[in-house]
Amino acid sequence: MPVAQLQNVTKSYGPIQALRGIDLAIEAGELVALLGPNGAGKTTAVRVLLGLAMPTSGQTTIFNKPPSSYEAKLQRGALLQVAKVPETLRVREHIELFSSYYPNPLPIAETLASAGLTGIENRLFGELSGGQKQRVLFALAICGNPRLLFLDEPTVGLDVEARRALWSRIRSFVARGGSVLLTTHYLDEADALANRIAVINQGRIVAEGTPAEIKARGAATGLEDAFLSIMKETEEVAQ
Amino acid sequence: MTRAYWMETKFEFLKHLRMKSYSLSTIAFPLMFYCFFGLAMGRGNIPGAPLAMAQYLLATYGAFAIIGATIYAFGVGVAVERGLGWLQVKRASPMPPAAYFAAKGAVATAFGAIVVGLLFALGAFFGGVVMPASQWVLLGGTLIAGAVPFCALGLAIGAFAGPNSAPATVNMIYLPMSFCAGLWIPYEFLPSGLKQVAPFLPAYHFSQLALAVLHVPVQGTTIQHVAALFAFTLIFAGVAWLGNSREREKMYG
Repeated sequence: MPVAQLQNVTKSYGPIQALRGIDLAIEAGELVALLGPNGAGKTTAVRVLLGLAMPTSGQTTIFNKPPSSYEAKLQRGALLQVAKVPETLRVREHIELFSSYYPNPLPIAETLASAGLTGIENRLFGELSGGQKQRVLFALAICGNPRLLFLDEPTVGLDVEARRALWSRIRSFVARGGSVLLTTHYLDEADALANRIAVINQGRIVAEGTPAEIKARGAATGLEDAFLSIMKETEEVAQ
Repeated sequence: MTRAYWMETKFEFLKHLRMKSYSLSTIAFPLMFYCFFGLAMGRGNIPGAPLAMAQYLLATYGAFAIIGATIYAFGVGVAVERGLGWLQVKRASPMPPAAYFAAKGAVATAFGAIVVGLLFALGAFFGGVVMPASQWVLLGGTLIAGAVPFCALGLAIGAFAGPNSAPATVNMIYLPMSFCAGLWIPYEFLPSGLKQVAPFLPAYHFSQLALAVLHVPVQGTTIQHVAALFAFTLIFAGVAWLGNSREREKMYG
């Protein structure tokens, strides 16, 4: 049984069709990358899976429960794109607060260590660097000891070092048996982390497979070429 | 899950206390105005009332303080947290949804109560205000209870205002409403045009209730003012609810 599933999900915002019939399943222990250009529908898919947006049609489940149910919320964590986090709370205070939402959270020290925040736990959020801020959001996603993580473009705006460090934290979450849905528009990120890539464009999944299978599509020499050729093909079909 | 409510309230309080833009403006403005108008200039009596200005203005600046603490915490707080994505992160988590609003309400009211306490101290020690203990308590209690409609007003503003324009929006409502309702200078001194407007403002009904505790001859009856504030609360809550449901369908990406 998949840990998260979208079945023929569509989502319209007025005249805009953000999702046009998406089928996607994440199996236990798997890291699935939802790869697509800006505006492809990645964030909408995540919002539907988190119960933050109601699908126009179709079925969504998290651990066989509705995505906005308390049971679903307890078993998942989410790192979302957020423009402003309250700046006058300390790192440890943010984590203590989110941990209090769960009956069995990780010990605070363990969350701090897993997110690479040991040593800066008493800093105010507003005093942190971009990479440190993203690590706090990662800590808030994992503090409840979830089995499933949603990471919505987690490394946007990070420098190479911070990005690689977050990758290794994501990998160790999967190594401990967790499942992840990661959205990204960085091809190397999907290539480096994912067991399976679903390429999304204009609200549809247009290709799906292991990174190797995606790369093998067309006469491409690398993932970037393959991606561009998939984008081109599917947009021609749409027209 | 009561622990989540407690933690939410504790950290909401710390967050606001450290946020200078909030703590200074909500605390400093009412105290400063009261010092100017209630203490420095307030030696005379209110015409038609056997009451010193320092005592009269304790009620109206108390109301001003409560309104400021609540309308900023909700109006600006919710607009920023909603508009810049933080509320989404909380909604995706298993936070009890009511905890967010309960904590904001408790913290905003607590800040208002602190300012009211400071105003009372100024009035008693420097303004020569003398009242029986029961009257102090009743005035304080009336002011604190008056936080409810203004939490709702702030919520309504927070549901519609953009994150950048929210402080200006709040000021554009808070300051003129306070003046027109007779919070800065007594209602009796307002030009007759403004006196006509005042009954349409929740701040007017609030201040009339607080003044009634001081046995000032007020407009209308207590029941009328309570009923008006109750109606305003329902209207603001309804507006906030509309804004909230609109928001859920608007965002995409």
